[in-house]
Amino acid sequence: MKFSLEWLKYFLDTEASAAEISAKLNAIGIEVEAIEDPAERFAGFRVAHVLTAAPHPDADKLQVLSVDTGEGDPLQVVCGAPNARAGMKGVLGLPGAVVPVNGMELRKSAIRGVESNGMMCSVRELELGDDHDGIIELPADAPVGMAFAEYNAASPVFDVAITPNRPDCMGVEGIARDLAAAGIGVFKPVRAEPVAGTFPCPVEIRTDDPEGCPAFYGRVIRGVSNGASPDWMQRRLRAAGQRPISALVDITNYLMLAFGRPAHAYDLAKLNGAVVARRAQAGEQVLALNEKTYTLDDSMTVIADDNGVHDIAGIMGGEHSGCSDSTTDVLLEIAYFDPERIGVTGRKLGLSSDACTRFERGVDPAFLDGGLDLLTSLILKICGGEASEVVRAGSPPSEPTVVAYDPALAAKLGGVDIVADEQRRILESLDFVVDDSWQVTAPLRRHDIEGAADIVEEVVRIHGLDKVASVALPQTDGVARPTATPEQLRERKVRRAAAARGLSEAITWSFLPEADADHFADGNGGLWVLENPISEDMKAMRPSLIPGLLAAAKRNADRGADATRLFELGRRYFRGDAGASDERATMGIVLAGDKVSRGWATGKAAPFDAYDAKAEAIALLEAAGAPVGNLQVMGEAGPQFHPGQSGTLRLGPKNVLARFGALHPTTLEAFDIEGPVMAVELFLDAIPAPKNPGFARAAYAPPALQAVTRDFAFLVDASLPAGDLVRAVKGADKANIVSARVFDVFAGQGVPDGKKSVAVEVVLQPTAKSFTDEEIKAIADKIVTSAAKQGAELRA
Amino acid sequence: MTDTNESKLAEALAAIRDASDAAALDMQRVAALGKQGWVSQLLKTLGGMTPEQRQSEGPRIQSIRAQVSDAIAARKAEIDAAALESQLASETLDLTLPAPEAPRGSVHPVSQVMDELAEIFADMGFSVATGPEIEDDWHNFTALNMAETHPARAMHDTFYFPDCDADGNRMLLRTHTSPVQIRSMMAQGAPIRIIAPGRVYRSDSDATHTPMFHQIEGLVVDEGIHLGHLKWTLETFLKAFFERDDIVLRLRPSYFPFTEPSVEVDVGWKDVKDRRVLGGDGDAPGHGWMELLGSGVVNRRVIEFAGLDPDKWQGFAFGVGVDRLAMLKYGMDDLRAFFDGDPRWLAHYGFSPFDQPTLSGGVGARA
Repeated sequence: MKFSLEWLKYFLDTEASAAEISAKLNAIGIEVEAIEDPAERFAGFRVAHVLTAAPHPDADKLQVLSVDTGEGDPLQVVCGAPNARAGMKGVLGLPGAVVPVNGMELRKSAIRGVESNGMMCSVRELELGDDHDGIIELPADAPVGMAFAEYNAASPVFDVAITPNRPDCMGVEGIARDLAAAGIGVFKPVRAEPVAGTFPCPVEIRTDDPEGCPAFYGRVIRGVSNGASPDWMQRRLRAAGQRPISALVDITNYLMLAFGRPAHAYDLAKLNGAVVARRAQAGEQVLALNEKTYTLDDSMTVIADDNGVHDIAGIMGGEHSGCSDSTTDVLLEIAYFDPERIGVTGRKLGLSSDACTRFERGVDPAFLDGGLDLLTSLILKICGGEASEVVRAGSPPSEPTVVAYDPALAAKLGGVDIVADEQRRILESLDFVVDDSWQVTAPLRRHDIEGAADIVEEVVRIHGLDKVASVALPQTDGVARPTATPEQLRERKVRRAAAARGLSEAITWSFLPEADADHFADGNGGLWVLENPISEDMKAMRPSLIPGLLAAAKRNADRGADATRLFELGRRYFRGDAGASDERATMGIVLAGDKVSRGWATGKAAPFDAYDAKAEAIALLEAAGAPVGNLQVMGEAGPQFHPGQSGTLRLGPKNVLARFGALHPTTLEAFDIEGPVMAVELFLDAIPAPKNPGFARAAYAPPALQAVTRDFAFLVDASLPAGDLVRAVKGADKANIVSARVFDVFAGQGVPDGKKSVAVEVVLQPTAKSFTDEEIKAIADKIVTSAAKQGAELRA
Repeated sequence: MTDTNESKLAEALAAIRDASDAAALDMQRVAALGKQGWVSQLLKTLGGMTPEQRQSEGPRIQSIRAQVSDAIAARKAEIDAAALESQLASETLDLTLPAPEAPRGSVHPVSQVMDELAEIFADMGFSVATGPEIEDDWHNFTALNMAETHPARAMHDTFYFPDCDADGNRMLLRTHTSPVQIRSMMAQGAPIRIIAPGRVYRSDSDATHTPMFHQIEGLVVDEGIHLGHLKWTLETFLKAFFERDDIVLRLRPSYFPFTEPSVEVDVGWKDVKDRRVLGGDGDAPGHGWMELLGSGVVNRRVIEFAGLDPDKWQGFAFGVGVDRLAMLKYGMDDLRAFFDGDPRWLAHYGFSPFDQPTLSGGVGARA
C-alpha cells in the first residue's frame, strides 16, 4: 500500500522526517518496502518561463523557444507541443534529468539542426497524469527557477506491506494512529459532521442475506455533477498509485485508501426497484467493472435490483450501474460483509480487489455511519447535490472482544519488562479500553485480537522489540548429546560415500512431467498428480529418482558434457494408508556418457556398463549399512531397464534393496538421451535397521597360518550364472573356504558350444594347524562335487 | 714360466677390462677360469709339484686366480650397472603427460548447509525431525491456526492434489516445514527442541523463487520460554553458522497465524565490493538490513491443536530458507541452478565429502 507523507500528515501532527517515520513503521510492524522521494525523481526539472517562441527553420510542427530558467542566460529549447508559446510558464527538464515515464536521460542535442538544451514536459512525461496533448502550463505566478519537486509540493511516498491481521492499517488514518501510539506525533482523526437528509431515500434498501451482509447502509444524493476530482485528491490518489477517474469514483477510492473503508456509488438512473443484498442464484452472471463476466453460485452475496446483479458484494461493482460523467443521482452503499464469505467468494471467482482485500480481512464494524458521513460530505462539497435520509438495513457486529490480561505477561511471553502504566498508555492510545482489573476491551476494528498473547504483541511492538534482551536457552550440563537418528546417520554416510566415489550430488524437482512419472510408475498404486501444477513439466510426484536425474543427464549431454555421474538422496512418493502419502527414502544414481574419456594411455573413450552400476550399488549399500555379503543378485529390475543387463540386489527373495543396470532403449528414447546410460536406485527404507551394537567389535586376530590358494577351472552351461557356481563352491566347505572369486570366464576355441569355462580362485584358511595334502585334496573333491550339482565339470 | 704367467695375467686383465658386454666377459671367464682355462690349468699343475715348489708357486697361482676372478666380478658389476642404466634410460616416461584421473564427486550445498545446521543445533540440544512432504491441510494449515477461510491460506500459493485423506482433509504439498511442529509435538509431547529441515513447495516461479525449495523449522516448547530466548537462539545460531561475532539482528513485529507475537528477523549486512556480506549494524553507513526469517512465540491455539496444555507449555518457532542461507554464506546468486544438476556448477559450489561439519573444525567449509 502506498501513501504520501503529506497525506499521512493530514492525520498525524508530526515534525518527524520520512526516514524517522520509516524506521518507526518498521519497528511497529508496518514494513516499509520502499520510500520514493520525488525530489530525486524530479531532479533536474524546474519551473521555466518561455520568453520567445519562433518557428523551427526546417520543421513545420516544431518551435524554437528561448526559455528563462531563473539563472544565467536563457536556454534555447526545441519543442513540438502545440500549446508552447511566448509568455507561458512550464516545466523544463535540463540535460542530465531522467524523464520519469520512460527513464530516458535528457541530453543537449540538435533537433533538425537546431540546438536544444532540454525538454519542456507534458503531464504524462512526469507521470502526473495521462495528458500528452501539450506541455504543462503553470500559473503565471509560478516562481521561475524553482525546483519542480518543490513547486509541486511533491511529498515522499511510502510503500508499505500491511500484514493480513491489520486491515485497520489498510487506510492512512490507521497507520497514523499506530505511529502516534509509538510516539511519532499526535493523531488527528478526521470525521465529517453527519448530514441530515432533506428527503426520504427514494430507493428501498434491504438485506435478504443477513449472514453474508449483516448491514447495508445507504442513501441517495441527487443533483450531483460528476467532473474531475480536486487536485489535492488527485495528488493523493496518484501517490497511492491510483489513476483518478471521476469525482464520484475518486471519492469512494479516497475513502478506502484514507480510511480503509470500501464503499460503492451506483448511478441511480440505472437501477430499477429495491436494491437488495441477497445470495446469488446459481449460474447468475454479472459483467464486472474489469470488463469480465463472472458466473456466480448460491454461496455468494450480491447487491441486486429488479433487473439483476449490480455488484459482487464487497469484491467488485458491475459495469452496468457504475457512475459516469452523465450521472446526476447516486445511491451510496456502505455495507458490512462477512469476512470469511468474501474470502471464499474471491478465491472461487479468482478475483481480488482492494475492496475484497479489506473486506475479507475485516473492515471496522463501527465505521459505517462515519464512513457514510465522510462520503456524503465529500460528494456534496465536490459534486454538489442534495442528500436523502440514510437507510440502515441490518446491523454490523457490535460485540467487542474482551481479554482478561495480566501485565506480567509482557515479560512472560515477550521477554521484556514494561511497567503497567506504560502498557495501559499504549493500549489506550490504540483505542483499547482498559479497566482497573485489566479487562481489556479491543476496538471492533481489531479483528485480530483474540487473547492475551495478542495484547502482549500490541504492547511489545509499540514499546519496541529492540528492547527485548537475549536470554540463553537452558542447556544441559556437559558435552552436547548426539541427536541424529539411525536414518539420518545412514543418509549422511551414504551421501559422503557417494561423493567420495566420484559422484556429484544433485537435487532435482520432486515433481515430473506426467509421462516421465508414468514411465517409472510400475507398482506405484497410483501417482500423486497435482491439481494445479505450475507447468506440465512439474505435475506428478516422482515414483523414482531416476527420471529426474536422467533429465539432468540429458541437459548435460545437450550442453556438451562428456560424462554425468549424478546421485540424489530424496523421497519417492507413494500411496499410503488412509489416503496419506508413503514417502520412501531413496538414493538414485545415473551414469551417462564416457566412463573413461579418450586418452593418450587408454585410446578411445569407454562407456559405462552394468558392472559400474553394480559396483556403485554394492559399495553404497555397504556404506548404508546393508549386509552386502548376504545379498543375492536377481532379476526384475523393472521394465525401464535393459532386460539382459540389469538386476536387483535382495536380502532374501523378496526384500529388494537396490536395482541397477543399463536402461532400456525405450527409456532412453522416451527421455531423448543417447545411451548407454546406467542407473541405480537404492531403497534405503528397505535396509534393515542396524541393531545397536555398541562400540566394541567382535574379537578378532589375523590367522597365524598361511592361507592356501587353489584354482579350479570348470566347464558349465553358458547360461549358468557365475554367481550360482561361486555360491556352490563357497558352500562346499564353509569352515575352511574363506573366499571364492572368479578370475576368468572364457568361451570359444577349446570350449564346447553352449558351454563356458569359469575359473575360480579359492582361498583356504587353516586355523589350528596347516593343511596336509590329503586334507587339501579332500576339500578340492568337495568343491568339485558341489560344483557338479550346478552341472559344472572340472576342466582337465 | 713365471714371466709367461705374469704376461698372460696382464693380457687377461686387459681383456677383461675391455670386455664390452656380458658375453665377451664370459668368454674371458671361460678362457681363464673355465675347465680348460689357463688359470684352471695352472691350478692343476699344483698337484704335480713338490711341497717346496707348491709352497712358493701356490700363492702366486692363487693370486693370479684371485686377480682374474676379482677383475671379472668388478667388470661384471660395471657392465650390469651400464646395462641397467641403459635399460632405465629406455624406460623413461614423459611425466608431463596426464595421470589417470579419478572423477571428483561433491556434496550439494543444500545438504552441506543442512549438515552444518544439524551440527550447530545439536550443540544447543535440538534434534532433527522430519515429516511428510505430501501433507493434509489440517497439519499444514488448520492446526497452525489457519482455518479454511483464513486469508493467509490464499497467500501460501499452495499446490493441491485432487485427493482427500480418510478424514476428508485435502491433500497438498506442504508450503512450509511448520506442520512438522504439529507432528513432533503430537508424537513427542513437551518439552521439545527440534529443527526440521526439508523440501517445501509454493506455486511460485521467477528469478528468485522456485516452486520447490528448502526450509528449516525450529521449535522449542518448554516452560517459561519467551521472545528473549528466541532472540538468543537466532543470534547464537547465526553467529555460529556464519562464524562471525558481529552478526546483528533487527526484530520487527509481523504476522504469522501460528505465532503470537510474531517477529520478522532482519540481519545487518555490509556492501563489500557489490556483494552483501552479513555482519554489522544494518543502520551503520554502507550497511543495510535484509529480511532473513520469520518467527515468533508459538500461538497457544497451535499448542492446543497439538494436544498440549497451553497454560503450562509455551515456546517459540522459526523458519528460514536453507537455500537462502547457503547463498548468503557461500555466494551463489542463482537459485534455479541449485536444481539443475549441472556438473560444472556442482563441482564449483559443491563440497568435498570430507568437509563433514564439525564444531572443532568450524562448521563451515572455507573456499
